Amino acid sequence: MLLLNCPYCNLSCEETEFLAGGQAHIKRQSIDSSDQEFESYLFARKNPKGVHIERWQHLYGCGKWFHVARSTVTLEIFGSYSAQTLSPPKKIRANINKKLPEWHWENSK
Amino acid sequence: MKRYSSFAIVREAFRNHSGWKRAWASPIPKKKYDVVIVGAGGHGLATAYYLGKNHGITNVAVLEKGWLGGGNTGRNTTIIRSNYLQDPSAAIYEKSRSLYEHLSQDLNYNLMFSPRGVMMLAQTEHEVRGYKRTAMANALQGVPTEYISPEKVKDLCPIINLSGPRYPVLGALWQARGGTARHDAVAWGYARKCSEMGMHILQQKEVTSIISKNGKIGGVGTNSGDILCDKLCIVVAGHSGALAEMGGFRLPLESVALQALVSEPIKPVMDVVVMANTVHGYMSQSDKGEMVIGGGADGYNNYTQRGSFQHIEETVRSLIETFPMVSRLKMLRQWGGIVDMTGDRSPIISKTPLENCFINCGWGTGGFKAIPGSGWATAEMIANGEAGPLASPFSLNRFKEGRFIDESVAAGVAH
Repeated sequence: MLLLNCPYCNLSCEETEFLAGGQAHIKRQSIDSSDQEFESYLFARKNPKGVHIERWQHLYGCGKWFHVARSTVTLEIFGSYSAQTLSPPKKIRANINKKLPEWHWENSK
Repeated sequence: MKRYSSFAIVREAFRNHSGWKRAWASPIPKKKYDVVIVGAGGHGLATAYYLGKNHGITNVAVLEKGWLGGGNTGRNTTIIRSNYLQDPSAAIYEKSRSLYEHLSQDLNYNLMFSPRGVMMLAQTEHEVRGYKRTAMANALQGVPTEYISPEKVKDLCPIINLSGPRYPVLGALWQARGGTARHDAVAWGYARKCSEMGMHILQQKEVTSIISKNGKIGGVGTNSGDILCDKLCIVVAGHSGALAEMGGFRLPLESVALQALVSEPIKPVMDVVVMANTVHGYMSQSDKGEMVIGGGADGYNNYTQRGSFQHIEETVRSLIETFPMVSRLKMLRQWGGIVDMTGDRSPIISKTPLENCFINCGWGTGGFKAIPGSGWATAEMIANGEAGPLASPFSLNRFKEGRFIDESVAAGVAH
Protein backbone atom coordinates (compact mmCIF):
# COMPACT_ATOMS: atom_id res chain seq x y z
CA MET A 1 0.00 0.00 0.00
CA LEU A 2 1.47 3.35 -1.04
CA LEU A 3 1.26 6.30 1.33
CA LEU A 4 0.86 9.47 -0.71
CA ASN A 5 0.90 13.06 0.40
CA CYS A 6 -1.70 15.38 -1.08
CA PRO A 7 0.03 18.76 -1.43
CA TYR A 8 -3.31 20.59 -1.33
CA CYS A 9 -4.76 18.95 1.78
CA ASN A 10 -1.28 18.52 3.23
CA LEU A 11 -2.37 15.07 4.35
CA SER A 12 -0.66 11.72 4.11
CA CYS A 13 -3.25 9.15 2.99
CA GLU A 14 -3.40 5.58 1.78
CA GLU A 15 -3.32 4.71 -1.90
CA THR A 16 -7.01 3.73 -1.92
CA GLU A 17 -7.98 7.41 -1.53
CA PHE A 18 -6.25 8.25 -4.78
CA LEU A 19 -6.54 7.54 -8.49
CA ALA A 20 -3.41 7.01 -10.57
CA GLY A 21 -3.30 9.11 -13.73
CA GLY A 22 -0.12 8.02 -15.54
CA GLN A 23 2.88 9.98 -16.78
CA ALA A 24 3.00 13.68 -15.85
CA HIS A 25 4.22 16.72 -17.77
CA ILE A 26 3.03 15.52 -21.17
CA LYS A 27 2.89 18.42 -23.58
CA ARG A 28 -0.58 18.85 -25.05
CA GLN A 29 -0.64 19.04 -28.85
CA SER A 30 -2.59 21.57 -30.86
CA ILE A 31 -4.53 21.54 -34.11
CA ASP A 32 -1.44 22.15 -36.26
CA SER A 33 0.62 19.31 -34.77
CA SER A 34 1.74 16.44 -36.99
CA ASP A 35 0.41 12.86 -36.81
CA GLN A 36 3.71 11.80 -35.27
CA GLU A 37 3.37 14.39 -32.49
CA PHE A 38 -0.19 13.34 -31.82
CA GLU A 39 0.81 9.70 -31.67
CA SER A 40 3.44 10.36 -29.03
CA TYR A 41 1.13 12.71 -27.12
CA LEU A 42 -1.63 10.12 -27.00
CA PHE A 43 0.25 6.82 -26.72
CA ALA A 44 4.05 6.92 -26.33
CA ARG A 45 4.82 6.63 -22.64
CA LYS A 46 8.10 6.66 -20.74
CA ASN A 47 7.48 3.52 -18.68
CA PRO A 48 10.88 3.78 -16.90
CA LYS A 49 12.37 1.12 -14.68
CA GLY A 50 13.27 3.71 -12.06
CA VAL A 51 11.99 7.20 -11.25
CA HIS A 52 8.53 7.92 -12.67
CA ILE A 53 6.99 11.37 -12.49
CA GLU A 54 3.26 10.76 -12.50
CA ARG A 55 -0.17 12.28 -11.95
CA TRP A 56 -2.46 11.33 -9.10
CA GLN A 57 -5.91 12.58 -8.16
CA HIS A 58 -7.03 12.89 -4.55
CA LEU A 59 -10.28 11.18 -5.56
CA TYR A 60 -11.87 10.70 -2.14
CA GLY A 61 -10.43 13.93 -0.70
CA CYS A 62 -10.19 17.35 -2.29
CA GLY A 63 -10.55 15.87 -5.79
CA LYS A 64 -7.55 17.80 -7.13
CA TRP A 65 -4.79 16.48 -9.38
CA PHE A 66 -1.16 16.65 -8.29
CA HIS A 67 2.20 15.14 -9.24
CA VAL A 68 4.29 12.50 -7.50
CA ALA A 69 7.90 11.33 -8.03
CA ARG A 70 8.05 7.60 -7.33
CA SER A 71 10.39 4.73 -8.08
CA THR A 72 8.75 1.93 -10.07
CA VAL A 73 11.43 -0.49 -8.83
CA THR A 74 11.38 0.12 -5.06
CA LEU A 75 8.02 1.97 -4.82
CA GLU A 76 9.84 4.68 -2.82
CA ILE A 77 8.13 8.07 -3.00
CA PHE A 78 10.38 11.11 -3.41
CA GLY A 79 7.67 13.68 -2.78
CA SER A 80 4.55 15.20 -4.28
CA TYR A 81 3.98 18.66 -5.70
CA SER A 82 1.40 20.89 -7.32
CA ALA A 83 0.14 20.10 -10.81
CA GLN A 84 0.50 23.79 -11.77
CA THR A 85 4.15 23.28 -12.77
CA LEU A 86 5.94 22.39 -16.01
CA SER A 87 8.72 20.29 -14.46
CA PRO A 88 9.56 18.76 -11.06
CA PRO A 89 10.60 21.49 -8.56
CA LYS A 90 14.19 21.72 -7.26
CA LYS A 91 13.31 20.22 -3.89
CA ILE A 92 11.90 17.05 -5.49
CA ARG A 93 14.89 16.71 -7.85
CA ALA A 94 17.30 17.10 -4.91
CA ASN A 95 15.36 14.46 -3.01
CA ILE A 96 15.67 12.01 -5.91
CA ASN A 97 19.37 12.80 -6.43
CA LYS A 98 20.10 12.07 -2.78
CA LYS A 99 19.22 8.43 -3.51
CA LEU A 100 19.98 8.33 -7.23
CA PRO A 101 22.76 10.81 -8.09
CA GLU A 102 22.67 9.72 -11.76
CA TRP A 103 19.05 10.69 -12.32
CA HIS A 104 18.23 13.96 -14.06
CA TRP A 105 15.05 15.45 -15.44
CA GLU A 106 14.80 14.99 -19.23
CA ASN A 107 17.32 17.30 -20.95
CA SER A 108 18.53 19.17 -17.85
CA LYS A 109 21.77 18.09 -16.18
CA MET B 1 16.38 -36.73 -27.87
CA LYS B 2 14.36 -39.70 -26.64
CA ARG B 3 10.60 -39.63 -27.17
CA TYR B 4 8.35 -39.52 -24.14
CA SER B 5 5.86 -42.38 -24.30
CA SER B 6 4.15 -44.92 -22.10
CA PHE B 7 6.74 -47.41 -23.35
CA ALA B 8 9.51 -45.11 -22.07
CA ILE B 9 7.88 -44.97 -18.63
CA VAL B 10 7.75 -48.77 -18.46
CA ARG B 11 11.33 -49.06 -19.67
CA GLU B 12 12.55 -46.53 -17.11
CA ALA B 13 10.58 -48.25 -14.35
CA PHE B 14 12.83 -51.29 -14.88
CA ARG B 15 16.06 -49.31 -14.47
CA ASN B 16 15.35 -46.96 -11.57
CA HIS B 17 14.55 -44.05 -13.90
CA SER B 18 18.23 -43.62 -14.68
CA GLY B 19 17.71 -43.10 -18.40
CA TRP B 20 15.81 -39.79 -18.44
CA LYS B 21 17.89 -37.15 -20.20
CA ARG B 22 17.91 -33.39 -19.64
CA ALA B 23 14.97 -31.83 -21.46
CA TRP B 24 17.13 -29.14 -23.07
CA ALA B 25 20.84 -28.51 -23.44
CA SER B 26 22.97 -25.72 -21.95
CA PRO B 27 25.30 -25.09 -24.91
CA ILE B 28 28.30 -22.77 -25.22
CA PRO B 29 27.07 -19.69 -27.09
CA LYS B 30 28.19 -19.13 -30.67
CA LYS B 31 29.53 -15.75 -31.87
CA LYS B 32 26.70 -15.26 -34.34
CA TYR B 33 23.21 -16.58 -35.04
CA ASP B 34 20.72 -16.03 -37.85
CA VAL B 35 18.04 -15.03 -35.37
CA VAL B 36 18.35 -14.01 -31.73
CA ILE B 37 15.22 -13.93 -29.61
CA VAL B 38 15.36 -12.03 -26.32
CA GLY B 39 13.16 -13.63 -23.67
CA ALA B 40 12.70 -17.37 -23.10
CA GLY B 41 9.11 -17.21 -21.95
CA GLY B 42 6.22 -18.89 -23.72
CA HIS B 43 6.02 -16.37 -26.58
CA GLY B 44 9.79 -16.30 -27.20
CA LEU B 45 10.16 -20.08 -27.20
CA ALA B 46 7.05 -20.56 -29.36
CA THR B 47 8.48 -18.05 -31.86
CA ALA B 48 11.72 -20.04 -31.96
CA TYR B 49 9.86 -23.33 -32.34
CA TYR B 50 7.74 -22.17 -35.30
CA LEU B 51 10.80 -20.55 -36.93
CA GLY B 52 12.30 -24.03 -37.01
CA LYS B 53 9.14 -26.02 -37.70
CA ASN B 54 7.41 -23.80 -40.27
CA HIS B 55 10.35 -21.97 -41.84
CA GLY B 56 13.37 -24.24 -41.38
CA ILE B 57 15.43 -21.61 -39.55
CA THR B 58 17.28 -23.37 -36.74
CA ASN B 59 20.41 -21.26 -36.25
CA VAL B 60 18.57 -19.49 -33.44
CA ALA B 61 19.44 -18.42 -29.90
CA VAL B 62 16.90 -17.61 -27.22
CA LEU B 63 18.39 -15.42 -24.48
CA GLU B 64 16.89 -15.28 -21.00
CA LYS B 65 18.05 -13.07 -18.15
CA GLY B 66 16.59 -15.29 -15.44
CA TRP B 67 15.38 -18.82 -15.89
CA LEU B 68 13.23 -20.25 -18.64
CA GLY B 69 9.52 -19.54 -18.21
CA GLY B 70 10.12 -17.65 -14.95
CA GLY B 71 8.28 -14.48 -15.90
CA ASN B 72 4.61 -14.18 -16.73
CA THR B 73 4.56 -17.68 -18.28
CA GLY B 74 4.91 -19.05 -14.76
CA ARG B 75 2.70 -16.44 -13.14
CA ASN B 76 -0.61 -16.47 -14.99
CA THR B 77 -3.91 -18.18 -14.27
CA THR B 78 -3.59 -20.48 -17.33
CA ILE B 79 -6.90 -19.59 -18.99
CA ILE B 80 -7.28 -20.33 -22.71
CA ARG B 81 -10.17 -18.83 -24.68
CA SER B 82 -10.76 -17.00 -27.96
CA ASN B 83 -14.16 -15.31 -27.55
CA TYR B 84 -12.94 -11.85 -28.53
CA LEU B 85 -15.03 -9.20 -30.23
CA GLN B 86 -12.73 -7.80 -32.92
CA ASP B 87 -11.87 -9.86 -36.01
CA PRO B 88 -8.05 -9.60 -35.79
CA SER B 89 -8.11 -10.67 -32.11
CA ALA B 90 -10.51 -13.55 -32.71
CA ALA B 91 -8.30 -14.72 -35.60
CA ILE B 92 -5.05 -14.87 -33.65
CA TYR B 93 -6.55 -16.13 -30.38
CA GLU B 94 -8.57 -18.82 -32.18
CA LYS B 95 -5.46 -19.87 -34.13
CA SER B 96 -3.75 -20.16 -30.78
CA ARG B 97 -6.57 -22.10 -29.12
CA SER B 98 -6.77 -24.50 -32.02
CA LEU B 99 -3.00 -25.08 -31.87
CA TYR B 100 -3.34 -25.89 -28.17
CA GLU B 101 -5.71 -28.73 -29.09
CA HIS B 102 -2.87 -30.82 -30.57
CA LEU B 103 0.13 -29.18 -28.98
CA SER B 104 0.84 -31.99 -26.51
CA GLN B 105 1.18 -34.41 -29.44
CA ASP B 106 3.20 -31.94 -31.56
CA LEU B 107 5.65 -31.25 -28.77
CA ASN B 108 5.59 -34.79 -27.35
CA TYR B 109 5.11 -33.12 -23.97
CA ASN B 110 2.01 -33.34 -21.79
CA LEU B 111 0.67 -29.79 -21.52
CA MET B 112 -2.41 -31.00 -19.63
CA PHE B 113 -4.59 -28.98 -21.99
CA SER B 114 -8.05 -29.21 -20.52
CA PRO B 115 -10.83 -27.74 -22.69
CA ARG B 116 -13.26 -27.68 -19.80
CA GLY B 117 -15.15 -24.63 -20.98
CA VAL B 118 -14.88 -20.94 -20.12
CA MET B 119 -17.85 -18.96 -18.89
CA MET B 120 -17.93 -15.17 -18.71
CA LEU B 121 -20.76 -14.05 -16.46
CA ALA B 122 -23.07 -11.24 -17.50
CA GLN B 123 -24.07 -9.41 -14.32
CA THR B 124 -25.43 -6.13 -15.69
CA GLU B 125 -27.76 -5.29 -18.58
CA HIS B 126 -24.79 -3.80 -20.46
CA GLU B 127 -22.87 -7.01 -20.14
CA VAL B 128 -25.86 -9.03 -21.36
CA ARG B 129 -25.99 -6.90 -24.50
CA GLY B 130 -22.21 -6.90 -24.86
CA TYR B 131 -21.89 -10.69 -24.63
CA LYS B 132 -24.82 -11.33 -26.97
CA ARG B 133 -23.05 -9.11 -29.46
CA THR B 134 -19.77 -10.98 -28.92
CA ALA B 135 -21.53 -14.33 -29.40
CA MET B 136 -22.87 -13.09 -32.76
CA ALA B 137 -19.49 -11.68 -33.76
CA ASN B 138 -17.90 -15.03 -32.84
CA ALA B 139 -20.48 -16.86 -35.00
CA LEU B 140 -19.38 -14.75 -37.98
CA GLN B 141 -15.70 -15.34 -37.16
CA GLY B 142 -16.21 -19.10 -36.92
CA VAL B 143 -15.42 -19.24 -33.20
CA PRO B 144 -17.96 -21.51 -31.50
CA THR B 145 -19.41 -19.64 -28.51
CA GLU B 146 -22.96 -19.21 -27.26
CA TYR B 147 -24.91 -16.99 -24.93
CA ILE B 148 -26.44 -19.12 -22.18
CA SER B 149 -29.21 -18.60 -19.61
CA PRO B 150 -28.73 -18.40 -15.81
CA GLU B 151 -30.24 -21.91 -15.49
CA LYS B 152 -27.54 -23.31 -17.80
CA VAL B 153 -24.91 -21.40 -15.78
CA LYS B 154 -26.14 -23.03 -12.58
CA ASP B 155 -26.21 -26.39 -14.32
CA LEU B 156 -22.58 -26.06 -15.49
CA CYS B 157 -21.33 -24.60 -12.22
CA PRO B 158 -23.56 -25.50 -9.25
CA ILE B 159 -21.54 -23.55 -6.65
CA ILE B 160 -22.53 -20.20 -8.22
CA ASN B 161 -24.94 -17.96 -6.36
CA LEU B 162 -27.20 -16.61 -9.13
CA SER B 163 -29.13 -14.10 -7.03
CA GLY B 164 -26.16 -12.14 -5.65
CA PRO B 165 -27.36 -9.08 -3.77
CA ARG B 166 -25.45 -6.56 -5.87
CA TYR B 167 -24.90 -8.32 -9.18
CA PRO B 168 -27.24 -11.24 -9.95
CA VAL B 169 -26.11 -13.56 -12.74
CA LEU B 170 -28.22 -12.72 -15.82
CA GLY B 171 -26.53 -15.09 -18.25
CA ALA B 172 -23.09 -15.88 -19.61
CA LEU B 173 -20.94 -16.11 -22.70
CA TRP B 174 -19.91 -19.75 -22.94
CA GLN B 175 -17.00 -21.16 -24.93
CA ALA B 176 -17.08 -24.92 -24.57
CA ARG B 177 -13.61 -25.48 -26.09
CA GLY B 178 -11.89 -22.91 -23.89
CA GLY B 179 -10.12 -24.13 -20.79
CA THR B 180 -6.77 -24.32 -19.09
CA ALA B 181 -3.32 -25.86 -19.59
CA ARG B 182 -0.24 -26.41 -17.47
CA HIS B 183 1.60 -23.12 -17.92
CA ASP B 184 5.16 -24.26 -17.09
CA ALA B 185 4.81 -27.27 -19.35
CA VAL B 186 4.09 -24.99 -22.32
CA ALA B 187 7.48 -23.29 -21.87
CA TRP B 188 9.25 -26.57 -21.11
CA GLY B 189 7.69 -28.41 -24.04
CA TYR B 190 8.67 -25.71 -26.52
CA ALA B 191 12.17 -25.44 -25.01
CA ARG B 192 12.72 -29.19 -25.33
CA LYS B 193 11.72 -29.20 -29.00
CA CYS B 194 13.79 -26.09 -29.78
CA SER B 195 16.83 -27.71 -28.18
CA GLU B 196 16.15 -30.87 -30.19
CA MET B 197 16.21 -28.80 -33.41
CA GLY B 198 19.68 -27.52 -32.41
CA MET B 199 18.63 -24.08 -31.20
CA HIS B 200 20.51 -22.56 -28.25
CA ILE B 201 18.59 -21.62 -25.12
CA LEU B 202 20.90 -19.44 -23.06
CA GLN B 203 19.71 -18.77 -19.52
CA GLN B 204 21.12 -16.18 -17.10
CA LYS B 205 22.08 -14.12 -20.11
CA GLU B 206 20.86 -10.59 -19.65
CA VAL B 207 20.80 -8.25 -22.62
CA THR B 208 22.48 -4.99 -21.65
CA SER B 209 22.63 -3.22 -25.00
CA ILE B 210 21.43 -3.45 -28.58
CA ILE B 211 24.09 -3.17 -31.26
CA SER B 212 23.01 -1.41 -34.44
CA LYS B 213 24.74 0.23 -37.38
CA ASN B 214 23.13 2.69 -39.80
CA GLY B 215 19.69 1.90 -38.42
CA LYS B 216 20.22 -1.84 -38.94
CA ILE B 217 20.46 -4.47 -36.26
CA GLY B 218 23.87 -6.03 -35.60
CA GLY B 219 23.44 -7.97 -32.38
CA VAL B 220 23.11 -7.59 -28.66
CA GLY B 221 25.51 -6.93 -25.81
CA THR B 222 24.97 -9.23 -22.84
CA ASN B 223 26.34 -9.66 -19.34
CA SER B 224 28.88 -12.11 -20.81
CA GLY B 225 29.95 -10.71 -24.16
CA ASP B 226 28.37 -9.66 -27.44
CA ILE B 227 26.23 -11.95 -29.58
CA LEU B 228 25.81 -11.01 -33.22
CA CYS B 229 22.74 -11.75 -35.31
CA ASP B 230 21.05 -11.00 -38.64
CA LYS B 231 17.62 -10.60 -37.10
CA LEU B 232 16.55 -9.77 -33.56
CA CYS B 233 13.19 -10.28 -31.92
CA ILE B 234 12.34 -8.75 -28.54
CA VAL B 235 9.78 -10.80 -26.61
CA VAL B 236 10.13 -9.58 -23.04
CA ALA B 237 6.58 -8.53 -22.02
CA GLY B 238 6.75 -6.15 -19.03
CA HIS B 239 10.36 -5.21 -19.71
CA SER B 240 9.85 -4.27 -23.38
CA GLY B 241 10.17 -0.58 -22.50
CA ALA B 242 13.69 -1.07 -21.17
CA LEU B 243 14.78 -3.02 -24.29
CA ALA B 244 13.18 -0.46 -26.62
CA GLU B 245 15.14 2.27 -24.86
CA MET B 246 18.38 0.37 -25.62
CA GLY B 247 17.29 0.22 -29.25
CA GLY B 248 16.50 3.94 -29.24
CA PHE B 249 12.75 3.82 -29.80
CA ARG B 250 9.69 4.24 -27.61
CA LEU B 251 6.67 1.98 -27.29
CA PRO B 252 3.06 2.78 -26.44
CA LEU B 253 3.26 0.60 -23.33
CA GLU B 254 2.89 0.93 -19.60
CA SER B 255 3.98 -1.83 -17.23
CA VAL B 256 1.76 -2.61 -14.27
CA ALA B 257 1.54 -5.39 -11.70
CA LEU B 258 -1.22 -7.98 -12.07
CA GLN B 259 -1.85 -10.37 -9.21
CA ALA B 260 -3.13 -13.88 -8.79
CA LEU B 261 -3.55 -16.20 -5.82
CA VAL B 262 -4.36 -19.82 -5.06
CA SER B 263 -6.23 -21.37 -2.19
CA GLU B 264 -5.51 -24.52 -0.22
CA PRO B 265 -6.43 -27.65 -2.22
CA ILE B 266 -10.00 -28.87 -1.81
CA LYS B 267 -12.09 -31.63 -3.37
CA PRO B 268 -13.39 -30.99 -6.91
CA VAL B 269 -16.11 -28.33 -6.81
CA MET B 270 -16.04 -26.74 -10.26
CA ASP B 271 -15.01 -28.15 -13.62
CA VAL B 272 -15.27 -24.96 -15.68
CA VAL B 273 -13.47 -21.61 -15.71
CA VAL B 274 -15.66 -18.74 -14.50
CA MET B 275 -14.85 -15.09 -15.15
CA ALA B 276 -16.86 -12.29 -13.61
CA ASN B 277 -15.71 -9.07 -15.23
CA THR B 278 -18.13 -6.66 -13.57
CA VAL B 279 -16.94 -7.53 -10.10
CA HIS B 280 -13.35 -8.21 -11.28
CA GLY B 281 -12.61 -11.75 -10.31
CA TYR B 282 -12.11 -15.06 -12.03
CA MET B 283 -11.62 -18.54 -10.77
CA SER B 284 -10.92 -22.10 -11.84
CA GLN B 285 -9.86 -25.23 -9.99
CA SER B 286 -6.49 -26.76 -10.73
CA ASP B 287 -5.95 -30.50 -11.01
CA LYS B 288 -4.34 -30.38 -7.56
CA GLY B 289 -7.60 -28.96 -6.17
CA GLU B 290 -6.41 -25.41 -5.54
CA MET B 291 -8.78 -22.64 -6.51
CA VAL B 292 -6.81 -20.42 -8.92
CA ILE B 293 -7.97 -16.82 -8.60
CA GLY B 294 -7.16 -13.70 -10.56
CA GLY B 295 -8.33 -10.12 -10.32
CA GLY B 296 -7.60 -6.57 -11.40
CA ALA B 297 -4.27 -4.92 -12.13
CA ASP B 298 -2.80 -1.98 -10.26
CA GLY B 299 -3.44 1.45 -11.73
CA TYR B 300 0.14 2.67 -11.59
CA ASN B 301 3.44 1.77 -13.29
CA ASN B 302 5.26 -0.87 -11.35
CA TYR B 303 8.16 -3.32 -11.86
CA THR B 304 8.11 -4.99 -8.44
CA GLN B 305 6.25 -8.24 -9.31
CA ARG B 306 3.94 -7.75 -6.35
CA GLY B 307 0.73 -5.79 -6.26
CA SER B 308 -1.27 -3.68 -3.84
CA PHE B 309 -2.96 -5.58 -1.06
CA GLN B 310 -6.35 -3.94 -1.52
CA HIS B 311 -6.67 -5.59 -4.95
CA ILE B 312 -6.56 -9.04 -3.34
CA GLU B 313 -9.22 -7.88 -0.92
CA GLU B 314 -11.43 -6.58 -3.77
CA THR B 315 -11.01 -9.74 -5.82
CA VAL B 316 -11.76 -12.08 -2.95
CA ARG B 317 -14.70 -9.97 -1.78
CA SER B 318 -16.34 -10.12 -5.19
CA LEU B 319 -15.74 -13.86 -5.52
CA ILE B 320 -17.35 -14.54 -2.16
CA GLU B 321 -20.47 -12.81 -3.43
CA THR B 322 -20.62 -15.06 -6.50
CA PHE B 323 -19.27 -18.22 -4.82
CA PRO B 324 -20.35 -18.10 -1.15
CA MET B 325 -18.66 -21.45 -0.44
CA VAL B 326 -15.16 -20.00 -0.90
CA SER B 327 -15.57 -17.68 2.09
CA ARG B 328 -13.93 -20.17 4.48
CA LEU B 329 -11.03 -21.06 2.18
CA LYS B 330 -7.49 -20.23 3.21
CA MET B 331 -5.24 -18.74 0.58
CA LEU B 332 -1.89 -20.44 0.07
CA ARG B 333 0.10 -18.16 -2.18
CA GLN B 334 -0.18 -14.80 -3.86
CA TRP B 335 2.12 -13.40 -6.55
CA GLY B 336 2.38 -10.67 -9.15
CA GLY B 337 3.59 -10.41 -12.70
CA ILE B 338 4.54 -7.34 -14.71
CA VAL B 339 2.20 -6.96 -17.65
CA ASP B 340 2.69 -4.52 -20.52
CA MET B 341 -0.51 -2.69 -21.36
CA THR B 342 -1.15 -0.89 -24.64
CA GLY B 343 -3.69 1.87 -25.14
CA ASP B 344 -6.20 -0.38 -26.93
CA ARG B 345 -5.41 -3.50 -24.81
CA SER B 346 -4.32 -5.40 -27.92
CA PRO B 347 -0.82 -6.77 -28.46
CA ILE B 348 1.96 -5.52 -30.72
CA ILE B 349 3.57 -7.90 -33.24
CA SER B 350 5.56 -5.60 -35.42
CA LYS B 351 8.67 -4.40 -37.14
CA THR B 352 10.43 -1.60 -35.28
CA PRO B 353 12.21 1.57 -36.45
CA LEU B 354 15.42 -0.51 -36.42
CA GLU B 355 15.78 -2.63 -39.56
CA ASN B 356 15.57 -6.40 -38.90
CA CYS B 357 14.58 -5.81 -35.30
CA PHE B 358 11.11 -7.16 -34.48
CA ILE B 359 8.99 -6.95 -31.39
CA ASN B 360 6.25 -9.03 -29.82
CA CYS B 361 4.78 -7.39 -26.72
CA GLY B 362 1.74 -5.69 -25.23
CA TRP B 363 -0.18 -8.87 -24.40
CA GLY B 364 -1.12 -7.20 -21.15
CA THR B 365 -3.23 -9.36 -18.91
CA GLY B 366 -3.98 -12.07 -21.49
CA GLY B 367 -0.80 -13.46 -22.99
CA PHE B 368 -0.80 -17.11 -21.92
CA LYS B 369 -3.70 -18.18 -24.10
CA ALA B 370 -2.00 -16.61 -27.11
CA ILE B 371 1.38 -18.33 -26.86
CA PRO B 372 1.14 -20.77 -29.83
CA GLY B 373 -0.65 -18.34 -32.16
CA SER B 374 1.63 -15.47 -31.26
CA GLY B 375 4.71 -17.62 -31.83
CA TRP B 376 3.29 -18.78 -35.17
CA ALA B 377 2.59 -15.22 -36.36
CA THR B 378 5.87 -13.79 -35.06
CA ALA B 379 7.94 -16.55 -36.67
CA GLU B 380 6.20 -15.86 -39.99
CA MET B 381 7.07 -12.17 -39.67
CA ILE B 382 10.74 -12.83 -38.82
CA ALA B 383 11.20 -15.39 -41.61
CA ASN B 384 9.57 -13.29 -44.35
CA GLY B 385 10.60 -9.88 -43.06
CA GLU B 386 6.96 -8.79 -43.33
CA ALA B 387 4.00 -9.52 -41.08
CA GLY B 388 1.59 -12.15 -42.37
CA PRO B 389 -2.23 -11.97 -42.21
CA LEU B 390 -2.37 -12.92 -38.51
CA ALA B 391 0.17 -10.37 -37.31
CA SER B 392 -0.27 -7.42 -39.67
CA PRO B 393 -3.25 -5.78 -37.87
CA PHE B 394 -1.12 -5.67 -34.69
CA SER B 395 1.64 -3.44 -36.09
CA LEU B 396 3.03 -0.45 -34.22
CA ASN B 397 1.72 1.81 -36.98
CA ARG B 398 -1.84 1.34 -35.85
CA PHE B 399 -1.33 3.94 -33.14
CA LYS B 400 -0.24 6.54 -35.69
CA GLU B 401 -3.00 5.61 -38.13
CA GLY B 402 -5.76 5.44 -35.50
CA ARG B 403 -6.49 1.84 -36.52
CA PHE B 404 -7.04 0.44 -33.03
CA ILE B 405 -8.11 -3.07 -32.17
CA ASP B 406 -10.18 -1.95 -29.24
CA GLU B 407 -10.55 -4.85 -26.85
CA SER B 408 -10.55 -2.77 -23.68
CA VAL B 409 -14.34 -2.60 -23.79
CA ALA B 410 -14.89 -6.04 -25.26
CA ALA B 411 -12.69 -7.94 -22.86
CA GLY B 412 -12.84 -5.80 -19.75
CA VAL B 413 -9.87 -6.31 -17.49
CA ALA B 414 -10.08 -9.99 -16.81
CA HIS B 415 -8.32 -12.34 -19.18
